[in-house]
Amino acid sequence: MRRDTNFFILIGTVGLFVLANIILMAFGKLPFSSDGFGIILGAGITLAIYSFLYQDNPAFKIAENLYVGVSLGYTIIITWFNFLKPDLYEPLIVPLFSSAAEKSPQYALLCPSLLGLFMLLRFSRKLSWLSRWTFAFVVGLGAGISIPRVISAFILQQIKPSLHPVFSGGETFLSSINTLIILLGVISVLIYFIFSVEHKGAIGKMSKIGIWFLMISFGASFGYTVMGRLSLLIGRIQFLLKDWLGILQ
Amino acid sequence: MNFLKRTVPLVIAFVMGVLMTMQYYIPSRYSQNLLEVVTRWDRIIAGFAVFIGAYSLFHLHWTRIKRRVEGWGYSVFVYFGAIITLIFGCLNGGKFFWSDKQDGTMFDWLYFYVQVPAGATIFSILAFFIASAAYRTFRARTRESTVLLVAAVLVMLGRVPIGNYISHYIPAIADWIMAVPNLAAKRGILLGVSLGAVATSLKIIIGIERSYLGGGD
Repeated sequence: MRRDTNFFILIGTVGLFVLANIILMAFGKLPFSSDGFGIILGAGITLAIYSFLYQDNPAFKIAENLYVGVSLGYTIIITWFNFLKPDLYEPLIVPLFSSAAEKSPQYALLCPSLLGLFMLLRFSRKLSWLSRWTFAFVVGLGAGISIPRVISAFILQQIKPSLHPVFSGGETFLSSINTLIILLGVISVLIYFIFSVEHKGAIGKMSKIGIWFLMISFGASFGYTVMGRLSLLIGRIQFLLKDWLGILQ
Repeated sequence: MNFLKRTVPLVIAFVMGVLMTMQYYIPSRYSQNLLEVVTRWDRIIAGFAVFIGAYSLFHLHWTRIKRRVEGWGYSVFVYFGAIITLIFGCLNGGKFFWSDKQDGTMFDWLYFYVQVPAGATIFSILAFFIASAAYRTFRARTRESTVLLVAAVLVMLGRVPIGNYISHYIPAIADWIMAVPNLAAKRGILLGVSLGAVATSLKIIIGIERSYLGGGD
């Protein structure tokens, strides 16, 4: 009985959506063009995903899976146009196979191509060990690049403002207090993350202060995230009311 | 064979790690060129990695369709979406994929009218779930959770006009929370994470950390 009710709700909603679009197009609210059909598709997907707020249903699942598929196709095509084509196809493949090419092939690019192909051998039982060479290259490269840059950009650059003098001339009393609060916060949070020492006595008190700072930070991050999501929600409602239904001007 | 399977990867990681660490401290044209070359190589390898992800996803959904598991019909839409996007992407507005990417093609149309609305809607739907999760978890049971609740409420109120309507101090307090205690905690976390990242990187280069090699011999 429940299943039948849901089926009729779904069919009824789809019917209403089709009818609404026919009326919108007939009255010229939506253009009879690819943009018009695009807005209809976008509105349909938006409503299908929001239908999940009622309960899980086929419309939501179709929209969700379609989104995954389109995202996958988009990622592959963008990877081709942004990375493989300019970095591999044009400097190596084109000059190699085209006599009209102006530049000579960059044979050094055979090395990353080979490493890339080795990675694809991950699916071969006999040769999957070759993919380790690629992972070792990528991981070693990442580790080597990150060590000096992390020290410079994060550790030193974060320590410097934390150790800012409380009074160096020109500050207000409140900004000096803020500097002290930041210093206290950084030290107490770092102490909280030291797990090799038992959190007792002075260490325990400092780590307690660290927890308070962390709680304020998590609360602030939560509030910030909620507001970000709400602005996206407002954007989607604007799309439905303005672009699709034409109610908002 | 064990040399090729285990020793060579460790040597590659060591050489690349040491080379790239040293590169930062050598301010010369050759060192800069080396960085450009290897980052280009890295981009190419990342391009190949996308195909591994694509294969995994296609394989997963193909298995679901083949075995007719419950809800297999939805997997067809993954294939449908991916194939349509790939076809229009390869057609590239009639210039085909070996030419530069054209604007205003059906590929862009799919991006603007399927991917953008779907992505924004899925993320915006989280607003409802975050609100319901907050109701369940943010109850002021301890002093710490009360602090978290108060900070979240103040930041939320400080970002909307109603906060200023209640009291003009609320936006100022929200700004102060973001700029002082939040900054202090974030800085503390960042310092800890950075030290951890440096330590892990060193372990990888030296060969202590080998989990990236995977299991087996």
